[in-house]
This record gives sequence, structure tokens and C-alpha cells, in this order.
Amino acid sequence: MPENRGYLYFPGCSLRATGAAYDESLTETFRLLGIPIEELEDWNCCGATSYMAVDENSAFLLSARNLSIAAQQGGRDLMAACSACYLGLRKAQDYVEHYPEVRAKVEAGLKAAELKPFTGVKVRHTLEILYNDVGVAQIKSKAVRKWQGGKLACYYGCQAVRPYDEVDNPHNPMRMDELMRAVGAQTVDYPLKTKCCGGTLTGTIHDVGVRLNYILLKEAVRKGAEAIVTICPLCQFNLDAYQCEITGDQGEKFDVPILYFTQVLGWALGGDPGKLGLKRCIAGQSKIKNWFSAKQEVASHA
Amino acid sequence: MKQTMKFQREADPEWSERFRTLPGCERISSCIQCGTCSGTCPLSIYMDYTPRKIIALIRAGFREEALSSKTIWLCASCYSCAALCPQQIHITDVMYSLKREAIQAKKYPPRFPIPVLAQEFFNYVKNWGRNAEIPVVLKMALKSNPFILLSMIRSGWGLFRTGRISLKRERIKRTGELQRALSAVKEHSHA
Repeated sequence: MPENRGYLYFPGCSLRATGAAYDESLTETFRLLGIPIEELEDWNCCGATSYMAVDENSAFLLSARNLSIAAQQGGRDLMAACSACYLGLRKAQDYVEHYPEVRAKVEAGLKAAELKPFTGVKVRHTLEILYNDVGVAQIKSKAVRKWQGGKLACYYGCQAVRPYDEVDNPHNPMRMDELMRAVGAQTVDYPLKTKCCGGTLTGTIHDVGVRLNYILLKEAVRKGAEAIVTICPLCQFNLDAYQCEITGDQGEKFDVPILYFTQVLGWALGGDPGKLGLKRCIAGQSKIKNWFSAKQEVASHA
Repeated sequence: MKQTMKFQREADPEWSERFRTLPGCERISSCIQCGTCSGTCPLSIYMDYTPRKIIALIRAGFREEALSSKTIWLCASCYSCAALCPQQIHITDVMYSLKREAIQAKKYPPRFPIPVLAQEFFNYVKNWGRNAEIPVVLKMALKSNPFILLSMIRSGWGLFRTGRISLKRERIKRTGELQRALSAVKEHSHA
């Protein structure tokens, strides 16, 4: 296998705020794998969902500026960790390519700011990079710890797998499940794995947003999962931050850890639990402390 | 159940024609009204018109109903409908086009928090290049319904406790460069 030259890394706004644990655990995971990642210089908002609802061409311009900087910074694929950022960048590329009227406006914007046009930058999601470029076999061979914690429900959410099918299968994605199994975890069959978490609805039409998260939690528990693993900061945020408010139809309460897949991988690869952002999880802290504790560290992955 | 009869004279077929030329909206005419979109949509039970009905309203030219519906704002852009549509209609993009036109024409339900949030987010990013959750959410609440903030107390405390809320203003270095580019796009769009 040729040496991996690494990636340009687009953290996005969430990973520098409420999703900091994703940034921390992702950085630790790539360090342990020996794959260099370099942050995209002066990156701006990807122009995701809310922005797109106001002005489409400006939203595409935002992504175009990022892509233009990536082309200048040079020679590597652009990795987005947030599903909304991945889609924002990917969709801008697609629309600029397919619609001449979009391209004309975006190019006029780039030109006015003396930004070079972008060509040949490949936008990729962290899950797909870890699955395709690193691979299940390499994760398995580099893992020094075996997952001893509870069964996991892998939750992929929406925008990483739809409408583009490059990250995983849009209807039944399995790549995160395979990566979790590679480090010894058991994953449950989770039919809601690509159902929507409601995005920003939890903050706007609160009851509706929270209800969607109740359904996701209830089904994960019913399938025997003790934790949910995510690849998107908004999914993690909604399931984790609003969990304390949820009381189910039968009066049930939840205390389910909502982890990033890079927290599990980083830990299995021998990462320092203190560098994986585990203390930023709100729900299920006692389970998290137990699962990621020093006691488990001796259990090498045979 | 209240049923409203619609008449052809209330329709705006020219708008319908024009709408179908927008990027992503070209395939509306091929809709077979199968309802797969409404069936897979996790939010259709909360909508005033299901996604299938929205497509029918656009085709028939009922602009008012489509633009002032709550449906377009409840759409969370999960792309389930678009991924399953047997006619490959980009339904999520159709919803986005309606949202944009509703904002421009000020047709959204008054003090409805979702379009208010979208506009606050838009303005913040235009000025600073990045999103910051706290100021954007505060403005959204003040301009729509301040009681929303009460619903955020418990989750907010959890986020604060775990160091996930930052009061720091996130911004890019070259805001001037971004603003020049955005103005040029705007000028070009009105040309």
C-alpha cells in the first residue's frame, strides 16, 4: 500500500464548539494511525442547512471559498467530519459542475475576492476515509485494546449518506458497524440508523425535535444497545443534550452514552482517554467512566 | 375535517412554470403522486401539507399555499424523500427553493422561529465567516418567541458543565475577502 500523505482537515463550526469532543478524538485517532492531517487555512462556514434556506448561491460561494483554499493548500483530499459540512461542500461542487447559472455566480464571487477556481479537490467524510483508506484490517491489527463495554447502536444520521452515496449505502450503511466490530464491539441491528435527529428543530420547534430523539433512543434500547455511536456533531448534540428532558410514553428515562465513533476507535488504538473528549459527554457518564477506565487497558486485542 | 375547494382562477401557472426551471426543481412535472416522500418523511405527521401535497400545489400553481405552509420549515433536510423518490425528484431542493422564496416574499408564518433562525445564522456568517451558537440562538429567540429560551435551560446547563458552550466570537481572519466574494455573487444574481 502506498504511503498515506494525509488530508486537509475541515473541522467546521460545530467541532470548535459543542462538538469539540469529535475534534479531539478524531485528532487523537489520526495521530495514533500515523496519518497527518492539516487544518484548512482560514476556513469558513460550509453554508449548511440554515444558510441554504436564505440564499443558495451565497451558500455555494461559502463552500467554494473553502474548496479554493484547499486547491491552493494543495494535493490532498479535503476531509470533513461533520455530516452537514461534508454535504455542504460536496453539494456545492456538484451544483457548480452541473448548473452553468450557479457556476457563473460562484465564479464571479471567487474572482472578486481574487480566489483561484477550484478543480480536482476531492471532498470526503471521515468515516469513508477510515473505512476505505485505512481499512478494517489495519484498524484491527493496530488496535491494542478490545472493546469491553456495552453493545453499540451505530447511528449514521442523514446528510453523510444522502443524497450522495459515496460515504456509505444510503439505506443500510454498515461501515461504522464494521469499524466498531474490528475493535471487538458488538453492534445491534438498528433499523433507524439513517432516520433524522431533527437537526435544528430541537431549538426551534422544541417538542417535535425532542420527540424524534425519543424515538431514536427508545429503538436503540429496545434492540439491546447500551450506547449510540455517531459520525455527526448535530446527531450527537441532539441525542446527548436533550436526553435529560425525555420521558417516554411509559414513563421511561434514558441514560444512554452518545459517543463519537472516533472516541471508540481512538481508545482501541491505545489513545489517552483524557484526550478523547469523553468528559464532554452529558448522558451515561458512569458507563463511560467504566468502559474507558484504566482497568480495561490491560485487555489486549488478541 | 375541513376541506377547502381550490379553483383554477386562484392558481398562478406562470409561477409554476418558472419554479420548475430552478436548479433541482426540474423534475417536478414527472411526479406520479405515489406518496413515497410523505411515507418516509419523519416529520410529515407534523406538517400542514405532506411533501406529496406540496408537489401537487406547485404543479397546480397554488403559490400562496405552498409558500405560507409550515411544511417547508419543518423539513429538516434529511433527504430521505429525495433518496427514495422513484422519479428522482430532488424534493429537499424543492423545499429549499420554497423556503428562499417565502423569506424573500415574507410569506412565512409570523414569529415562526425556523425562518428567523435561518436569517440570523445567515447574517452572522456573512459578517464573521463562521457560526457561533449562542448569539445566533439568542437573537432567534428574541425575534420569534423568547419563551423558547426556557426550553433550553436544562440542555444548556449540561452543555455548560461539560465545556461545550463557548462565548468566544468565532471568526475567520479574512472577513473582507469573504464579503467581497459574497457581494459579487449578490450583484451577479440581480443582474
